[in-house]
Amino acid sequence: MFNRDRWREILEVLTSNVWRTIFTAFGVCWGIFILIVLLAAGKGLENGIKKDFGDIATNTMFMWTRATTRAYEGLPQGRRFEFKINDVQAIRDNVPNLRFISPRNQLGGFGGNNNVVRGIRTGAYNVYGDYPEIINQDPMAVTSGRFLNYNDINEKRKVAIIGLGVRNDLYDKDEDPLGTYIKIQGVNFLVIGTYKKNNSGGGEEGQKEIFVPFTSFSQAFNRGEDVGWMAITANDGSSISVLKDKIVSVMKERHKVHPEDTRAVGYFDLYEQYNRVESLFGALKAVAYIVGIMVLLSGIIGVSNIMLIVVKERTKEIGIRRALGEQPWSIKKQILMESIFLTLISGMMGIIFGSLVIFGINSLLDSVGPVDMFMSPSVSVGVVTGALTILMVSGLLAGFIPAQSAIRVRPIEALRTE
Amino acid sequence: MIEIKDLHKSYKMGSNSLHVLKGINFKVEEGELVAIMGSSGSGKSTLLNILGMLDGADSGEYTLDGVPIKNLSETKAAQYRNKFLGFIFQSFNLINYKSALENVALPLYYQKVPRKERQEKAMQYLDRVGLKPWATHHPSELSGGQKQRVAIARAMAAEPKVLLADEPTGALDSKTSYEVMDLIQKINDEGNTILVVTHEEDIAHMCKRIVHLKDGVIVEDKKIEQVRAEQYV
Repeated sequence: MFNRDRWREILEVLTSNVWRTIFTAFGVCWGIFILIVLLAAGKGLENGIKKDFGDIATNTMFMWTRATTRAYEGLPQGRRFEFKINDVQAIRDNVPNLRFISPRNQLGGFGGNNNVVRGIRTGAYNVYGDYPEIINQDPMAVTSGRFLNYNDINEKRKVAIIGLGVRNDLYDKDEDPLGTYIKIQGVNFLVIGTYKKNNSGGGEEGQKEIFVPFTSFSQAFNRGEDVGWMAITANDGSSISVLKDKIVSVMKERHKVHPEDTRAVGYFDLYEQYNRVESLFGALKAVAYIVGIMVLLSGIIGVSNIMLIVVKERTKEIGIRRALGEQPWSIKKQILMESIFLTLISGMMGIIFGSLVIFGINSLLDSVGPVDMFMSPSVSVGVVTGALTILMVSGLLAGFIPAQSAIRVRPIEALRTE
Repeated sequence: MIEIKDLHKSYKMGSNSLHVLKGINFKVEEGELVAIMGSSGSGKSTLLNILGMLDGADSGEYTLDGVPIKNLSETKAAQYRNKFLGFIFQSFNLINYKSALENVALPLYYQKVPRKERQEKAMQYLDRVGLKPWATHHPSELSGGQKQRVAIARAMAAEPKVLLADEPTGALDSKTSYEVMDLIQKINDEGNTILVVTHEEDIAHMCKRIVHLKDGVIVEDKKIEQVRAEQYV
């Protein structure tokens, strides 16, 4: 493989007709360029769409209660019910492979009235009663102080973590919110931390939230044992879409809901939505690969063609070499290596060219600001190595027929060609 | 060294079959210098090709240095060619984009001799044919006689048992022809077995034995008094 004479010969053959080599190389170069650019464009679109999902753990479902639609066990249709705090333990006991189960309660919401007061400033915010795990399901960066912990839960401390949006509304620029009090629906909470969400999914709304311990929330706002809704995340290995039926049926059983009442327990399966998007991009990627490889194929055929001509031109030389005792396999290897070398080099040119174009698009996007549904198109190292593998294989394929025809010529016939 | 018995060979030309060799029996001892003569179409080149394992016989036996040559795979044939045989062609058949030295080193390359040793050895053989100063020249920069001498050096480089020369002087004027024959005689003097196919009487008489081929059979096989080529050079 790393034989000096062999490589010299490969270079001699390929440079003996420079323009022919360049035109041949262009076919492969163009094919791989198209492949890379299409994949990068697909990735850019994917990045743009997935940005909207933000950082939320995608293997997650949300579940809430609605009015029943069927009578069951003597209970009427149209009955309202609430999840209770011990439902959480029941789910944990009955459904395996769940990572987080966060019961949540909420104050405020879309178009809500002003519910938070500090001094003379007021604002309308979403206030959540939460367990500490929520930070794993709805990730946020704690910018000062700390997040909720189990001591807060157990001791029902009236503490709050506020978003940067809340902080900007209620505090002066140089004021430190930590250790101050805010009044949520007439109840004072001590601010112990601030956070910033980096997903743009919630937009400004995401920064205008206040998190307080679930237990303190229940006590302060008279929720008793009630749970507003739950956010449930499955372990990485298992899909929440599979587990959700089991979870819902556990809830129905505990709350005396008819097993076939499909409306009493509402849920939103984030994973399913995510999967739908994911499979869309899978399809997009497949299209990119197919188109790219088809274009590449015509380049490969060009290489194969040229190698056939090279073999034809060198028929006599091959005859001489065989008369001198070169093994057929060695001749075959020579042709194959020439072909692979040509495809690889021209393919790398295509990759480099494609990367430059992607780089150009990225810096253009950076300078004109974010574009809807399109963000940082890129190709991963995996794609590049994949492309190189495709090139290796196609070089091999391109050289195969010419190499075969090179050794099929009997030395005596080869020597006769003038 | 070479022994063939009842060798037959025919070529298919469309629907006709052309019987070229019709039972050749022939033996060459070590150190002989044999001329194979005959008019064109007599089968002499075919015989040489079979001897050179470039072509297969239809029937008959062929033994080279005690090794039966039969039903060889291409790989095996290539190995034997490399080990046993050196070829000298009418049209020299040097590889154009390689220098004289590289051409001579080629058979050694196929024997997987290390690069350095290969070049030393090739240089040695080039020196023997008097072309050391032309080592880096490409074939296009050499005269016909020089090319043939490079080809002879190349044929000798692998130290084969037998040298096969197919009209080695066919493309040369008589002066260079004699020079080449002189070289061949000298190589023969060192004990190498050489077969020369030719249709020129004077060249044939510079060998030690003449085999006449006519219509695919040997019509005459005689030892002769060798004419040294030296005196014409």
